[in-house]
Amino acid sequence: MKISFIRRDRASRWAMILAPILAFVGAIATSIILFTALGKDPALALYSLVLEPFLSWYNFSEILLKMAPLLLIAQGLAIGFRANVFNIGAEGQLVMGAIAASALPVWYPLGDSALMLPAMLLMGALGGMAWAAIAALFRTRFNANEILVTLMLTLIAVQILNYLLLGPWKDPKGFNFPQSVRFPDAALLPTLLPGTRVNISLLFAFVVSALCYVFMRHRFSGYQLLVGGLAPRAASYAGFSQSRAVWISLCIGGLCAGLAGAAEVSGPLGQLQRSVTLGYGYSAIIVAYLGGLNPLGIVLSAFVMSAIYIGGDNAMVSADLPIAAVWVFQGLLLTFYLAGLTFIRHRLIFLPSTRKAAP
Amino acid sequence: MNAIEFILAGMLAAATPMLLAALGELVVERTGVLNLGLEGMMALGAALGFITTYTYGSHLLGFGAAALGGAVLSLVFALVVLGFVANQVAAGLAIGILGTGLSSLFGKSFESLTITGLPKLALPLLSDVPVIGPTLFVQDIVVWLTLLFAVGLWAVLNHTKLGLMIRAVGENPHAARAIGFRVLTIRCLAIAFGGAMAGIAGAYASTVYTPLWADGMIAGRGWIALALVVFGTWQTGRIAFGAVLFGALSLGELVTQAGGVNIPSQILACVPYVVTILMLAVISSNRRRMRQNTVASLGQPFQP
Amino acid sequence: MTSAKTPLLALTGVSKRYGGVTANAGIDLIVDPGSIHAILGENGAGKSTLMKLIYGVQSPDEGQILWKGQPVRLGSPADARRLGIGMVFQHFSLFETLSVVQNISLIVPGSQKTLGARIRALGDEFGLTVDPDAMVHALSVGERQRVEIIRCLLLNPDLLILDEPTSVLPPQSVKKLFETLRALQAKGMAILFISHKLEEIKDLCDTATILRAGRVTGRVTPAEHSAKDLATLMIGRAMPPPMPAVARSGGELRLQISGLSHDNDDPFGLPLKDLSLTLRSGEILGIAGISGNGQQDLAALISGEIVQARSARDTLRLMGQPMADQGAAARRALGFAFVPEERLGRGAVPDMSLSDNALLTAHGAGLVTGGFISRAAERAFTADIIDRFDVRTPGPQAEAGALSGGNLQKFILGREITLAPKVLLVSQPTWGVDIGAATDIRRRLIEMRNDGAAILVISEELEELFQICDRLHVLHKGRLSPSLITAQVTAEEVGAYMIGAGPTKGAAA
Repeated sequence: MKISFIRRDRASRWAMILAPILAFVGAIATSIILFTALGKDPALALYSLVLEPFLSWYNFSEILLKMAPLLLIAQGLAIGFRANVFNIGAEGQLVMGAIAASALPVWYPLGDSALMLPAMLLMGALGGMAWAAIAALFRTRFNANEILVTLMLTLIAVQILNYLLLGPWKDPKGFNFPQSVRFPDAALLPTLLPGTRVNISLLFAFVVSALCYVFMRHRFSGYQLLVGGLAPRAASYAGFSQSRAVWISLCIGGLCAGLAGAAEVSGPLGQLQRSVTLGYGYSAIIVAYLGGLNPLGIVLSAFVMSAIYIGGDNAMVSADLPIAAVWVFQGLLLTFYLAGLTFIRHRLIFLPSTRKAAP
Repeated sequence: MNAIEFILAGMLAAATPMLLAALGELVVERTGVLNLGLEGMMALGAALGFITTYTYGSHLLGFGAAALGGAVLSLVFALVVLGFVANQVAAGLAIGILGTGLSSLFGKSFESLTITGLPKLALPLLSDVPVIGPTLFVQDIVVWLTLLFAVGLWAVLNHTKLGLMIRAVGENPHAARAIGFRVLTIRCLAIAFGGAMAGIAGAYASTVYTPLWADGMIAGRGWIALALVVFGTWQTGRIAFGAVLFGALSLGELVTQAGGVNIPSQILACVPYVVTILMLAVISSNRRRMRQNTVASLGQPFQP
Repeated sequence: MTSAKTPLLALTGVSKRYGGVTANAGIDLIVDPGSIHAILGENGAGKSTLMKLIYGVQSPDEGQILWKGQPVRLGSPADARRLGIGMVFQHFSLFETLSVVQNISLIVPGSQKTLGARIRALGDEFGLTVDPDAMVHALSVGERQRVEIIRCLLLNPDLLILDEPTSVLPPQSVKKLFETLRALQAKGMAILFISHKLEEIKDLCDTATILRAGRVTGRVTPAEHSAKDLATLMIGRAMPPPMPAVARSGGELRLQISGLSHDNDDPFGLPLKDLSLTLRSGEILGIAGISGNGQQDLAALISGEIVQARSARDTLRLMGQPMADQGAAARRALGFAFVPEERLGRGAVPDMSLSDNALLTAHGAGLVTGGFISRAAERAFTADIIDRFDVRTPGPQAEAGALSGGNLQKFILGREITLAPKVLLVSQPTWGVDIGAATDIRRRLIEMRNDGAAILVISEELEELFQICDRLHVLHKGRLSPSLITAQVTAEEVGAYMIGAGPTKGAAA
């Protein structure tokens, strides 16, 4: 018996829907084995990881809170991934966005202008974009691999954050904690759902999702990026500029991540602190892939992924699982999903062996 | 000890984790596969290596467990990219995240424990040379073995039939298959080898270089190792040179602190990352040289 | 077969399917020791698949392979080599970054030093001279073929398979190759010679097995049959008559290249030196030459995929405008279109539908308004191409990667022709395309020429160029020959230019 993959005539819609579902099942099954091996109660761990987030309104609202940055960043990254521009430094762009946005309330801690918040969001978006643009410059001008450059820029951004929080931006009345002053009300995002922490950045994320959908599905410039990703030589044949694709991809990715960073400091955090870098930038990579790099799919996967985050917080308390369990689960999820993805364009065939011809 | 002596004494050991991982990745990339999961495999190796060494008191066992862990994780990667022909960039990231997660999961209860490292060995004769003798030529055994290994790998890649096979598969997997090489088998073995090397690299970091386990202790060294392969234009000697250079750079933070120079430590911590970016730019902007040295099928899926 | 000897190789009822496509169906084949046996068939008839089965690259789904009377199972090419089967691939299986002797040592045991001596000795014996220490990337296509043959011969095979060996050779070198093959036959070696060129097979082979659509349609002694008979067996009808080539003088100047030089980024590439040519409306200009002499770069320089420095902008003029420093989009905007030699991944995106592939170059033809893609216009445009160019496909939504090579070529050509270009560049128009489709493609090009388009055709197939071109240049080692008027030169004269031995007198126009 010989097993091999055969290309389908066209992409299978069934496989497209089944791949993430099967990935989820596979990741859960593997996690059960892993948690059991670690001596944890697998049922309890899964209960808190998968079910508990949906069992209370508070938990559910926390999912929506986490969903905003994940969705925002993932939409931006997905555009780049489809164009084969691998920005894996969204975490750094988020941090730089958060820093840029925080500059205003840090410099004007008593500011009460109505322009404060819009200006912060703008600065955040620009800050993230500028950080990503460095990678675009190095890629287009010096041919330097953007995967490595964006990653290095992230490591640098985290050091800059640490420097600011331990040095010039440290809150003088903050008991020496590495955090900035608390932002004035004018620098905080309005709440979207009363009684929860969910703020209007969730709306930004949905608006950006809609824009991304239109861009990738209906705009010719989105199509050009797609061609560049699927067949770079075809893009060059048709005269679509590769540098332009790199710039657009990285700038959109950086802009979204920077905006997410601004929304974090002006939203749930209310100040610049180290916990602005919780790994959303990395999780968003998984969100983007799990959503099939499709703007609509990403909305769904962002929701699922933030539920896993909340579940991880629960599991930490109730099942005594370290928060790293969430990373393990996310890694498994993406691994299984990538394997399942093959079935969209290929199907398995089983060939009988030809041993009857053997001597 | 002055700054130069300090750097001479420390740079080889600081280079060793990056070099081990980069040499493993070199073999993987030479067969045409890009495994971006280096950081995660190193982290897993570091955790497993520390746990095993702590529990059984044997560094050898620790390195063995780390190699095994790295290899197993990399075989998951191999299954996804070779068996299921998945995108290598995405799969590498997935493995990286998985490895990092597993390392913190396993290492959780070993946080902040310490063990003893390995004794330093002075090379006979050479260690009697003034200044560089007692610094550069007094290192632990793993450092010496790593350098020896680099020489061996150079010889294998450039002067043996195995090396020719690896290069052939990386340059043109279709032609390699046509003349009867088992491309996927060769790539799979290379990936497992790279995983084992990354595991060992991590174990060196956690059981010898700084003999303690701390979450996130690999701190980008896996990514720098990846950059080193590009920096060294896929050649063993240049990669080793790059690793030692970065080893020396990473000591800068300690040196300036000891010297009382008043630069914030965060800025100094950035130096290796900034240098990585600049080096990549310098090396990569010579497109002709890159194309001459790069592996033609790197990152491209292959279906027989 | 009534042969008294045990056949060297016998296949009975061998079949091979790829997914839904049957490449070989119930093939019977008998090769006698010491014979030169032809496998004749057109593109897509299943010749290459059959050879891969015999050489163990693929395994048959059904049927039996007998070697010297014994049933064998070939799991890999290594098995085949151990039995005594050697193969020279059409697209060579050599590694460019390795030297000749390193390439050979990959499958032939022995130290590089002894191998080097044996390579020289074999070269002297059979006229296959090649420097063992040369890097493969520095060798010409003909030299690479010699390396492949030597690599097989070093293993002393009883059977040597050559897959379309003459498609990469100029006429003079074909004669030399045939001498080598006859010398090998005289030593007792059997040769399996795959080709679609009837005259060659009549000239060289003792017996021929003819394939059509994956089945055997005849076993003949080629010398006893006319080319017409063979063609009928091969394509099921008589060979289409060649198109009358009416020499025409062109109209207005559309493309002018003067003093164009280019040094490739590719360290193994060949620099183009001081090229000049002119192309006028209403003519077809051919670029002959063996692949690897700079064709790829020339095409990319004309299409704008390679852009020259601003200082060299005058080296290429389209419709009178200096364009060498402009990209592909700007050139297309002036009325330039291009059908590249690689269809999948360059001329078309494999994972996109035909509709979306139409958009690739036809976006200016009303498929995009205000930056938004009009799906309806896209579908209509695509359906029209499918209809007019007889593209066999389920419809505009089928993915380009699922189409056969010939059908995809018809689609790409259709797309580019529909743009009504003033200058059309076509690279290897009929590579891998069956004879029916190839005839159709050539007819379309001539029609366009007659309607006043200026067409540049880069092709390895000299016969094809003679059929459709008004004038020819030959590209050899990055240099262009003088312009030759097709009606006034012979294949031998062009062949001389192809190996760099071109006369300076004679047919130059």
